[in-house]
Amino acid sequence: MADYPEDYKYTKEHEWIAVEGNEGTVGITYHAQAELGDVVYVELPAVGDHLEAGQPFGTIESVKAVSELYAPVSGKVTEVHEELLDQPELVNEDPHGAAWMVRLSMADSSEMEGLLSFSDYVSFLESTEGDH
Amino acid sequence: MSDDLKRTPLNQWHRDHGAKMVDFGGWDMPIQFNGILAEHEAVRQRAGLFDVSHMGEVRIQGNDALAFIQHLITNDAGGLELGQAQYTVMTNHDGGVIDDLLVYRLGDTDYLLVINAATTAKDVSWIEEQAEGFQGLFEVRDESDEWAQLALQGPDAQTILSRIIPLDLTSIGYYRAEFTNLDGAQILVSRTGYTGEDGFEVYLPPSQAPAVADRILDAGEAEGVVPVGLGARDTLRLEAGMLLYGNDMDESRSPVEANLRWLIKPDKGEFIGKDAIIEQLDCGTGERLIGFELVDRGVPRHGYELCCTAEKSIGEVTSGSFSPTLQKGIGLGYVPLEHTDVDGVLKVVVRGRKLEARVAKTPFYRRPKPN
Repeated sequence: MADYPEDYKYTKEHEWIAVEGNEGTVGITYHAQAELGDVVYVELPAVGDHLEAGQPFGTIESVKAVSELYAPVSGKVTEVHEELLDQPELVNEDPHGAAWMVRLSMADSSEMEGLLSFSDYVSFLESTEGDH
Repeated sequence: MSDDLKRTPLNQWHRDHGAKMVDFGGWDMPIQFNGILAEHEAVRQRAGLFDVSHMGEVRIQGNDALAFIQHLITNDAGGLELGQAQYTVMTNHDGGVIDDLLVYRLGDTDYLLVINAATTAKDVSWIEEQAEGFQGLFEVRDESDEWAQLALQGPDAQTILSRIIPLDLTSIGYYRAEFTNLDGAQILVSRTGYTGEDGFEVYLPPSQAPAVADRILDAGEAEGVVPVGLGARDTLRLEAGMLLYGNDMDESRSPVEANLRWLIKPDKGEFIGKDAIIEQLDCGTGERLIGFELVDRGVPRHGYELCCTAEKSIGEVTSGSFSPTLQKGIGLGYVPLEHTDVDGVLKVVVRGRKLEARVAKTPFYRRPKPN
C-alpha cells in the first residue's frame, strides 16, 4: 500500500520534498501516480533553473492524462534525475524513492512552514477521498 | 454523481475487481483495473477480458430485412452466409457517417446490427424512421437491453474460451459466429474484436454475464487472463488502426474521407447517401484521415493541432495516444490530400510546442503471423 515517509513534507498538489540542510529532493506522491495511471513521459527542468514555490516546473504524462509538476519551495535546481526520462515507470513503481525528480538548493527556508506534514497530508487525502 | 449513469450487468463485478470507474458516454464503465499498460500487454501477449455490454443491438427480421439493411448501409450484406458478419457504416443523405457497426446474418431472414454505445439511441431512432418510409415485410427491434457482451481477446483467447464453450471454436472463422448453449441460455459466439488480436465476442443474457465473466477468468488463470478496461481498449484499437466513432468520424465526415473506401460497394444497389458518396469517389475529397507517429517524445491527444513544415495549421488530432507496443505517440487526424503521403513530415502541437511526427501506414501494429 501507500507508504508516505513521515519525515517528508507534502503539498496539496501531491508533491513531496525531502530536506537535508539546505538541499531539497522533490517528487510526486503515491496518490498522484495512482490518479495519473501509467506514466509514459516526464518533462523536467535543467540544472541551474530557478524554481518558484507554487509554480509549475515540469510535466508528467500518463496514457490518459497530463499533469503539471509544482515546486513545493523556491530554489535553484542542482540535480535533475535524467534516468527518469527513460524509465518513467519508476514513478508508478517507487514514487517516494527511486522516482525522485529534481534536487534544489532552497532559497528561503521559511517557505517550509507552508508545507503539509506527513499527518496533515494523510488527513488531506482522507478528506478528499469521497470525491470520486 | 454516478446515479444517472447507465450500468452494465457487470458494474458490481468491475468494482469487486478493483476497477477505476469513469463516465463513458453516459455509462459507468471501468477505465482500468491493474493499469493500462499491463492490460494492453496482457491482450497482446496472452488474453484480456472486456465488458462491452454497453454496445447496442438492433434485430431486423423478415423477408425484406436484407433489402432494408442494404438501403441503410454502404457495404454489401447480400453475400453474407449464415453466421457471417461484416463491418460497415450507415450514412445519412449527405453521405455523412451516422455510425460504424457490424451486421450479422443470424438466419435466412434474420439479421443483427451491433452499434456503438454512445450512438444507440440516435441509431435506433434513425433506423425506425427509415423503416417507416421503406416498403417491405420486416420488423425492427431494439434488443440492446437483452444482450450483455463479453470480449475475450488475445493469442490465448481461443484456448481459454474452448474450456467453457461447448463449440469447436477452431471451426469458427474470422467474422463468423455461431449460437450455442451455455448454462441453459442461448449465447452467440463470434470471432470478432476491436484489438487487432485474435479473439471472440460473446453475446449472452445480461443475468449470466457476471457468472460467465468469472468462469472465463478461472478458465484462463494458467494463461494469466486479466480484466481489461476502456483505457487499454483505446490503446489497442488505435494501434490496430481501428476507428472510434465520435472521434475519428461523425456526421460531418464521409467514409471516403475517413479512409473507409473498402466499406463502400456501389454495385450492390442504392443506399442512403449513395449519390453524395459516388461524387466523392469520382471527384475526390479535400481531406483524408491519416495515421501518424511521433518522432519527438510526446503524446498526441484529441483536439491537438497538426501543422505542416511551413508552420501552417492543417488539421487536428482526432484520436491520439501513447502506443505501448511501439513505445511512441501515435494518432489519427484529417489533413488536406497533399499531406497524406506516408513518411511525410508533420508537426503536432503539444502544449504549445511543435513536436515532429511522420505520416504512417495504418494499422500501426499487425499481429505476428503464427509459425
